[in-house]
Amino acid sequence: MRVEANFSSLRQTNFREHLVRFVLGGAVTVAAGLIARRWGPVIGGLFLAFPAIFPAGATLIEQHEVKRKREMGRDGRRRGREAAALDALGAAFGAVGLAAFAVVLWRFLPGHNSWGTLGLAAMAWMAASGMLWVLRKRS
Amino acid sequence: MEEFVLRFLIGGAVISAFALLGDVLRPKSFAGLFGAAPSIALATVGMTIAHHGKEYAATEARSMVLGAIAFCVYAYAVSQALVRYRRSTMAITLVLTPVWLGVSLGLYWTLLR
Repeated sequence: MRVEANFSSLRQTNFREHLVRFVLGGAVTVAAGLIARRWGPVIGGLFLAFPAIFPAGATLIEQHEVKRKREMGRDGRRRGREAAALDALGAAFGAVGLAAFAVVLWRFLPGHNSWGTLGLAAMAWMAASGMLWVLRKRS
Repeated sequence: MEEFVLRFLIGGAVISAFALLGDVLRPKSFAGLFGAAPSIALATVGMTIAHHGKEYAATEARSMVLGAIAFCVYAYAVSQALVRYRRSTMAITLVLTPVWLGVSLGLYWTLLR
């Protein structure tokens, strides 16, 4: 299956939905910092992998799918849940990549250039999650 | 205070950018990868290094590995629950959020404490 970009889907998301994502994202980032300040980096680090806007994102996918099916005169609730389930499965693969990102930061950051390590970690995330996705599609 | 305002703005921007990527990309299972992008870490690691140093950031990253494993378990549980139960996505994702908390704190308790 080919990966493609569909920019027309951006029109499905309204300003309020973008604002909710921005505020939620900002709030979770601040909360992660406050938790690290209160309980230290060991507990604080857990929250760097908190599913920050995953519930909002998956819900939007369901709502957009339901709306699309309703415009076609069908009840899209089941299809909406299926689309959100696929998104969640992708997020599970992405989380393995997230772990790879964190391992690279953990092992390489102390002795190496910060920006180089961050770049390497981002590549590890993309490679690990992308490879898992490809393997799943082929199986 | 200034640090937290900056965190809010950068965090909001980076997380929104990854969410937009997820909106645009197809198929949905591939777009879902961006739902677990290292957005909070990318938004904050530079500030963390500047304020607390590399060792502190590396310690956070070690814990982040456990948080990511918990995210994987949580997202998989959500995908299975959405297929099996006729409940809204919002309800399922929120009801299962304690799974993330439980797994990450359980791993911390077992491996790092």
